[in-house]
Amino acid sequence: MALALPALRRPSVIPGFGLTLGFTILYLSLVVLIPLSGVVWRTADLGWAEFLRLATDERTLAALKVSFGCAFAAAALNVVFGALVAWVLVRYRFPGRPLLDAAVDLPFALPTAVAGIALTALYAPDGWIGGPLAALGLKIAWTPLGIVVALVFVGLPFVVRTVQPVMEEIEREIEEASATLGASRARTVFRVLAPSLSPALLTGFALAFARGVGEYGSVIFIAGNLPYRSEIAPLLIVIRLEEFNYAAATAIAAVMLAISFAMLLAINSLQAWSRRRYGHG
Amino acid sequence: MEVRIEAVAKDFDRHPALHEIDLAIASGELAALVGPSGSGKTTLLRLIAGLETPGRGRILFGEEDASRLSVQARRVGFVFQHYALFRHMTVLENVGFGLSARPRALRPARAEIDRRARELLELVQLGGLEKRYPPQLSGGQRQRVALARALAIEPRVLLLDEPFGALDAQVRRDLRRWLRELHDRTGHTTVFVTHDQEEALELADRVVVMSQGRIEQAATPDEVYDRPATAFVHGFIGESSRLPVRVEGGEVFLDDRPTGLRADWEGPAELFFRPHQALVGDGAGGLAGMVTGGRRIAGVRRVELELGAAHRRVEVDLPLAQSCAPGTLLAFRPTAFRLYPLAGEGRPADRAPARQLAHG
Repeated sequence: MALALPALRRPSVIPGFGLTLGFTILYLSLVVLIPLSGVVWRTADLGWAEFLRLATDERTLAALKVSFGCAFAAAALNVVFGALVAWVLVRYRFPGRPLLDAAVDLPFALPTAVAGIALTALYAPDGWIGGPLAALGLKIAWTPLGIVVALVFVGLPFVVRTVQPVMEEIEREIEEASATLGASRARTVFRVLAPSLSPALLTGFALAFARGVGEYGSVIFIAGNLPYRSEIAPLLIVIRLEEFNYAAATAIAAVMLAISFAMLLAINSLQAWSRRRYGHG
Repeated sequence: MEVRIEAVAKDFDRHPALHEIDLAIASGELAALVGPSGSGKTTLLRLIAGLETPGRGRILFGEEDASRLSVQARRVGFVFQHYALFRHMTVLENVGFGLSARPRALRPARAEIDRRARELLELVQLGGLEKRYPPQLSGGQRQRVALARALAIEPRVLLLDEPFGALDAQVRRDLRRWLRELHDRTGHTTVFVTHDQEEALELADRVVVMSQGRIEQAATPDEVYDRPATAFVHGFIGESSRLPVRVEGGEVFLDDRPTGLRADWEGPAELFFRPHQALVGDGAGGLAGMVTGGRRIAGVRRVELELGAAHRRVEVDLPLAQSCAPGTLLAFRPTAFRLYPLAGEGRPADRAPARQLAHG
C-alpha cells in the first residue's frame, strides 16, 4: 500500500518503523489491551442500568474514594520526600551512601505482604511507632492513615528513581550562577531547580499514584478493611469474586480502569506541557 | 572597583591548588588569568567570586574585605564557560533574574526590571530575542545572554571563566573583539580565565601567567611576550624553542660546542628564542641543524630542525619563497634570545627568574 502510506515509505536512516510498530501493537495487545478489554466486554454484558446500579453502590463508591484518595495522598507525600531522598543521594558523598541507595529499591523487591505485616506490627496501637502515636491520640493501623503509610512505602522508589537521573544532570553551575546573581538558597531551589525537575516529579507522581491505586498486598494487613471506612477497591473486587458475584467485581474493575486511565492521561498531558515549558528531556 | 588578593592560598584535600598569591587588579582593568589546566587560574577566579573559600589570606574589593561576604552579597558578575543559563526562563527572565532576586526593599518594580533587561539585551546586541528560550539560541548568543545577566546586577567585578572556550573559532574571534569594545564602554573591572595565551595577549590590559598554583608573571602583554620573567612563561606564551646550554667565559656552549653567542654570566642555563628571532642561511654561523619538516604559518614558512646527536628540536621561520627540503643542513643564529639558569640553587628551572637578555 505504497500509495496509502507515502509518509511511512520514505527512506530513512532509522528503518524498521513498520516492523517495530507492528510488534509494539501486537505486544501491547497481548499483554495489556486484550486482558483489559475483557473487563470492558464483561461490563458491556451487564447492560447500562445494571452497571450503573453496581457501580454507584454505596460501598463501592466508598471503596473507590478510599483507594484513589489514599493513593493520591501517598503519591503527593512521596513527591516531596522522594525528591529530598534523591537530592541527598545525588548531591552528597558520605559513608554508607551505596547502602542507602540500594535500600531505596527494597520496596520494589520485598513481597508486599511482608511489607504489610511489618508495617502493621510497627503501626499497631501496641507497636513501636503506633504505641507512642496512640498515646497522642493518633491511630494509624486499621484506618485510612495506615493505607497511606503502606502506599508511601511501596511508592517511594518510583519517585526517587525517576527524579534521581534528572537531578544528576542539573549542572552545579546553574546553582552557582543563581547564587552569584544574589538569589537566596530558597529562591534557587524553588525558582531555578524545581521547575527543571517538574516533568520528572510529575512522572514519579503518576507512577507512585498508579501503583498505589492498584496496590493490594501491603494494604490489606494494615487497613483493617472496615467497609465504608478503610476498605480499598481492589479488596472489594476480591470479596465480590469470593461471593461469586462476578458482575459486581467487573463493574468495580471497569470504574477503576476508567478513572485510572483518565488520571494517567491527564498527568501525561500535564507532563508534556511542563516538559515543553521547562525543558529537560 | 579595585580588587586586591593578599596572600591567598587554597588546598583541595590537602593538595595545594594555590600557593600564597598576591595580586592587585586596578579599577577598570581587563586582566587575563592564563595558564595550563591545573595551574589554579579557575580556582583563583572562583575565590574572587566567593564560589570557593580561601584557606588563608583575604580578598579586598576596594577597602572592603570581600572574603567575609557570601557569594550573594559579593555582587560579582560571573560568566560560566557553559553559560549556565536557566533553560526554563526566557532570555528576558534570565537577564532580569538578578534584579528580581534582590530583597524586597531594593527590588525594582516588575516593569523597571523588564526595562533594564531590555536595555542590556540591546547592549549585547540581542534586541528582539527577549521571548526566546536559551535552547533556541546559538552558542555565541547564549554567551552574550549570560554576560547581560551578569551585568544586570551592576557587578562590582566582572568575572569570566573561559568565556569563549565552547565556541567555534570564528565566533570566538568576533566575540573577543566585541568584549573588548564592551569593556572599554562600560569600564567594569574584569577578570577572565583562558588557557589560550593568544586570547589573553590580544584581549587583556594585563596578563597573569599561572603555573602549578603560582603566579609566574603579571604584566602587560608586551612585557610578558618580550621579557618573560621565567622559563615557563617563555615556553607558554608565544612560540619558542628551548636549548640546554652552558655559559663559560662569556660564551654560550651547546653540547660543548661554541655557538657564537655571548652572555655575561657563568653556568648551565636554558636558552630560549622565538622562531622569528633567527637569522637563517649560509654565513649566519653559530648553530646548524638538519631540516626534518616544515609547515606554512600565515606569511612565513616554519622549519623544524634537529640539532646534534641529541636530536634537539628547534623551529625557525623562513621567507615563504625559500624552500627547504628535509635532510638539508641549515645554519642559523638567534638574533635575540633569553637565558634562564638551569636547576641550580634547589629551584626548578621553570621557576628561576631570567638573568640575562642578550642580543647576539
